Amino acid sequence: MSSVRVLVGTKKGAFILNSDGKRRDWQVAGPFFAGWEIYHLKGSPADPNRLYASQSSGWFGQTMQRSNDGGVTWAPVGNQFTYDGVPGTHQWYDGTAHPWEFKRVWHLEPSLTDPEHVFAGVEDAALFQSKDGGVTWEELSGLRKNETGPQWQPGAGGMCLHTILLDPTAPGRIYIAISAAGAFRTDDGGQSWKPINKGLVSGMMPNPTAEVGHCVHHVAMHPARPHVLFMQKHWDVMRSDDAGESWTEVSGNLPTDFGFVVDVHAHQPETVYVVPIKSDSEHFPLEGKLRVYRSRTGGNEWEPLTKGLPQQDCYVNVLRDAMAVDRLDECGVYFGTTGGQVYASADAGDNWTPIVRDLPAVLSVEVQTLP
Amino acid sequence: MSGPSGTCTVRVVLPYHLRTLARAERELALAVAGPVTLRAVLDALEARYPMLRGTIREYETGQRRAFLRFFACEDDWSHEPLDAALPEAVASGREPLLIIGAIAGG
Repeated sequence: MSSVRVLVGTKKGAFILNSDGKRRDWQVAGPFFAGWEIYHLKGSPADPNRLYASQSSGWFGQTMQRSNDGGVTWAPVGNQFTYDGVPGTHQWYDGTAHPWEFKRVWHLEPSLTDPEHVFAGVEDAALFQSKDGGVTWEELSGLRKNETGPQWQPGAGGMCLHTILLDPTAPGRIYIAISAAGAFRTDDGGQSWKPINKGLVSGMMPNPTAEVGHCVHHVAMHPARPHVLFMQKHWDVMRSDDAGESWTEVSGNLPTDFGFVVDVHAHQPETVYVVPIKSDSEHFPLEGKLRVYRSRTGGNEWEPLTKGLPQQDCYVNVLRDAMAVDRLDECGVYFGTTGGQVYASADAGDNWTPIVRDLPAVLSVEVQTLP
Repeated sequence: MSGPSGTCTVRVVLPYHLRTLARAERELALAVAGPVTLRAVLDALEARYPMLRGTIREYETGQRRAFLRFFACEDDWSHEPLDAALPEAVASGREPLLIIGAIAGG
């Protein structure tokens, strides 16, 4: 019988939540790396027992961890992230030139085919890869050296590369997103990149339709239809049907189009999930009601999902990497909150149950569906 | 204490999170060759525990990370040159070198 492993990164360690395919009873393992910030951990699609974790601290910097047994045991691997060449400058918050400085790894994306190969999205924004299981890291510097690089500017959370999507049908195609530069795509395995932000409108920018500068919060795709992308931007939920060449807004009837997460149903490429957040300063749900919104039409028409979620006095946030889906026949949806809850739905969002309620603030949620 | 090959055994106390990262005891005994300087002790520490590379000194600059401090014989050595000789009491193993995380934040 299939089982599910949920990988949770928090402000104070990692947790691994296990259940069988029924997803009713859960065992909580952890904390791993107690006291450290775990921005992200993720398993290899090619070997589910191979996990990678980003472990960081304001005191001790960035370290990396690897597990070969599904998270039972871990060992540190390489943590040297050196920009290729002289890094140059990007824009600081006030528009002045600011040198690129490595701060932390936000997102890990293991290769679809090779457990030893993993990509890392970092702050200040750059893409690294390791082909030896995380022992050594090299920058795919064509991204940072894109001609638009000097115009990139940090969002409120820093200038982070937070989204990495690997196209399963085209091995050289990778999508990434940076806050606040926008989305980019390579078709040659990371050597050259192009901004893919046409159609994004960001009213807070001097030129709202500029090629770069957009605060993209997250991007999701369905692996069976990788040219269709869904984006939660700082404001606006967007959709692209041409691999990011153009975007259209699909916020539709959402009560607010601000938010962080976006994800796609495992078996229904037109079913999309977001969690609307009241504003870009308050960062909590509207009216104190935690609601996931689901569209079965690829956007524009959204329905609130509330069963099992707190509908009063709830003032948590759901951060950009804190939603995931499993691949069981009846798709499970999971998200974590800054209040330390991890909610699960075993029926595509109709009903929700907290797996755990009192973890440290959740930074990321990933799900592995195990045979 | 100076060993037969001219090495000294230096005691080093790590902060909690580096102990857990290295899976080491609170206090370590390190064999340090040559003059016992901060650099020599940190080099010996990182050679024995490679996972500590980058956590005490920045990779790019080799400098102490901002929220760490070095103390020896009740004196703050954080701003001393890395190649300055540590006190004889540290070199002889009578006193430890303390690596301390700043008491700040949550």
